[in-house]
Amino acid sequence: MSIHPEQTAASDPRLVRFGRYLADNPVIPLIAFLFFLIGVLEVMRPGIVLPFLGGREGIISTFWVGNLIKFAIPLAMIAACQVLTMLTAGIDLSAGIVATCSAFVCATLMPLMGPVPAVLIAMAVGMIVGLVNGFGVGVVRVHPLIMTLGTGLIATGCLQVYQRFVIATGTEIPAFLEWLGTGRTFAMPNGLFLFVPFAIFVIWLMRATGFGRLLFALGSNEHAAKLSGVRSWQVFLALYALSGLIASVAGLLYLGMIRAPSLSLANPLMLPSVAAAVIGGTSIFGGRGSFAGAIVGALILRVIDTMLTLLQMPEGARIALFGLIILLVTALYVRITGTR
Amino acid sequence: MDEVQRDSLLDASGIAKSFGAVRALSDASLHVARGQVVALMGANGAGKSTFVKIITGALRPDSGKVLIRGEEARVGSPAQARRSGLVPVYQEPSLIPDLDVADNLRLGDTPVEPFLNWVNELGVGGLRLDHMIADLPLATLRILDLARALAAEPDVLLLDEMTAALPTDLVENVLRVVRAQADEGRGVIYISHRFTEISELCDSATVLRDGRSVGDLKIEPGVEGRVVEMMLGAKIDLGARETGGARAKEGTPRIRARGLAVAPKVTDVSLDLYPGEVLGVVALEGQGQDEVFDVLAGFRRPTSGTFEVDGSPVSFGHPADAISAGLTFVPGDRAEALLRERSVHENIALPFSARVGSWGPLKARHERERVGHAIDKLQIDTRAKGEVQRLSGGNQQKVTIGRWLAHGVETLLLFDPTRGIDVRTKRQIYPLVRELADQGAAVLFYTSELEEVPLACDRAVVIFNGRVVDVIDAAEADEETLMRAAYGLTEDKAAS
Repeated sequence: MSIHPEQTAASDPRLVRFGRYLADNPVIPLIAFLFFLIGVLEVMRPGIVLPFLGGREGIISTFWVGNLIKFAIPLAMIAACQVLTMLTAGIDLSAGIVATCSAFVCATLMPLMGPVPAVLIAMAVGMIVGLVNGFGVGVVRVHPLIMTLGTGLIATGCLQVYQRFVIATGTEIPAFLEWLGTGRTFAMPNGLFLFVPFAIFVIWLMRATGFGRLLFALGSNEHAAKLSGVRSWQVFLALYALSGLIASVAGLLYLGMIRAPSLSLANPLMLPSVAAAVIGGTSIFGGRGSFAGAIVGALILRVIDTMLTLLQMPEGARIALFGLIILLVTALYVRITGTR
Repeated sequence: MDEVQRDSLLDASGIAKSFGAVRALSDASLHVARGQVVALMGANGAGKSTFVKIITGALRPDSGKVLIRGEEARVGSPAQARRSGLVPVYQEPSLIPDLDVADNLRLGDTPVEPFLNWVNELGVGGLRLDHMIADLPLATLRILDLARALAAEPDVLLLDEMTAALPTDLVENVLRVVRAQADEGRGVIYISHRFTEISELCDSATVLRDGRSVGDLKIEPGVEGRVVEMMLGAKIDLGARETGGARAKEGTPRIRARGLAVAPKVTDVSLDLYPGEVLGVVALEGQGQDEVFDVLAGFRRPTSGTFEVDGSPVSFGHPADAISAGLTFVPGDRAEALLRERSVHENIALPFSARVGSWGPLKARHERERVGHAIDKLQIDTRAKGEVQRLSGGNQQKVTIGRWLAHGVETLLLFDPTRGIDVRTKRQIYPLVRELADQGAAVLFYTSELEEVPLACDRAVVIFNGRVVDVIDAAEADEETLMRAAYGLTEDKAAS
């Protein structure tokens, strides 16, 4: 009576089987794709990744690799917001703006209060937006897309009002954020000191905790979760608050990296963060996802970004092409794996 | 013979229909002549709804034909059926909730004047054309549906459980109007579970069983018994009951419900469920049992009535409340209960993580033990354990039961747990249910298959039309007794 996977697998066309394999083990082929892209990059500009091919010293350019990782970190962190919320069939479109807000609040409060209160208040801002999102999604049951888009807009407005109050104070960036953002240890970015424990935490949260199980459960079948005694509003509230917190930490790291707070600092990370999550094998319809995949997804997007920079296109065309490629890669990936 | 031909409005004969490997209809037929009201009857799963869908053009038969007024009708769609003179009124209101009455009439090209006359005739006053459908009560909607059908001046009217949500006075109006339609020379197909209405209204009854028409009976006094006999078919051997009869009921009941009502369907349900007992629920489809289980499982609050667990009154706002009180629910639709693309383990272990206090690290060893025990106990075939959706229906059902087995069972609410699963699995489930009861659990067991009741239950409450009408000693009951009870043919005895 039972349908065994191996029986169905044998009769399916090859592309379908490949798609299913991708869906089940997203990380390995993704890493292969990443190396393929790096290879293309090397062909475009010999020596950029492997200096000896360009006639310079060294086998691998640790500088280039470090740079790739450095700029992928904030993207991967915001992608974590998307992976976690997408597991429940949600999304956090306020994450980019929350990151911007936290960075701006931190940089402007720093001259007034010193680093520790500035950072704590900046993180509290992210939490508060997250809690509002969680309340809207979990209790009022607004669709996450609308809810987070709305809070994102409100946060943008508030940030502009806030800017008028602090316009005179000037900005300053806490030294340890600068160290995290720009410093290197053995050629690798110091951001990894934050990111590696963070990534381990997120993967542990998803795989080995009750909370993580509930995220999958809510995305897979909310009714079944309710039947099992899960009060979904509690999960949504905690989830979106966590997402806001992660976004604000990502914003702080990005601040240390860019060292120039603005009212739209991290906003351009928004679409790529969703794309990184989707390319990494997370379904926007919930119930399926992996953070490891999203990290590789973020790296892939960064490599593509580098390629476009190498083509020396005007900024506008570059951004447009980047958007187009994200859509194409995501569409292709979804098409092959049959996830969404 | 010629006369019969001329007077015949609808002839469906030799209709067969399969869905994949499942044969829903093998040889169904129905004849309606001018001036006739024909009852279409059959127990759950006899193929009634498939048959209706074919007659009304919503489904195409694999073989057999439908003749309307002696001509072979190509009823390829409900719209065509309507054009050839067959107008159905379904159990679920077919009006669009977000439009007002006038817009709904316009959509179906219903003439307004006759529609309003019929609404008046059927006894619903004060209807305005600008009323939003969503604001009207269910009973009114059913009347509007009927009025709309009548305004189309059909040759054949098909009424599916027309009176199910209606108060008595409206039922009388409906019966009167429908009878008058037939007397004017139209034909009516009347689908109902209520013998009182059928004997008042209908001229004959066609009985379906296992996808075939097994008889046409003239409606006369005492016909009920023969209809029930016809609906009971040859039996599948489901195994014998393994443990003894009803046990003594003493002490405080685990669940005590008094006068539960859930508007609009449930009006008066009282029952006592004791630890160590399996209490069956006998009911035809849609008699209010769904709502009763929803109340007990915490999915909705009753409109009135009281409900106690172990002697203390409760009111559940969420299934989590029910689970804290020890009431765990296995719904009839597996799709509702399962995380389809997650593993067997995750599905069974889900309740372990439900409370905020258990959101932390999973207790892997503890879980593996409990889940492994449940899997062994239920003999779940775990060859495809990576995704529950790759399991067979029977194994999926076992997973939904296994979830509560692993969690610990105090009171188990089983809603039709054997629907659509194979005989072998069924025969594993009854002894398990009995065993749970023997170990002190209280089990409420609704099944749509009456022959299961004596196998699994100690007593059974009979729910008919939203009320408990009888309590039967299930171990002794034969199928005919149960069938008569389910059709409300026994004398009303208040449950105690």
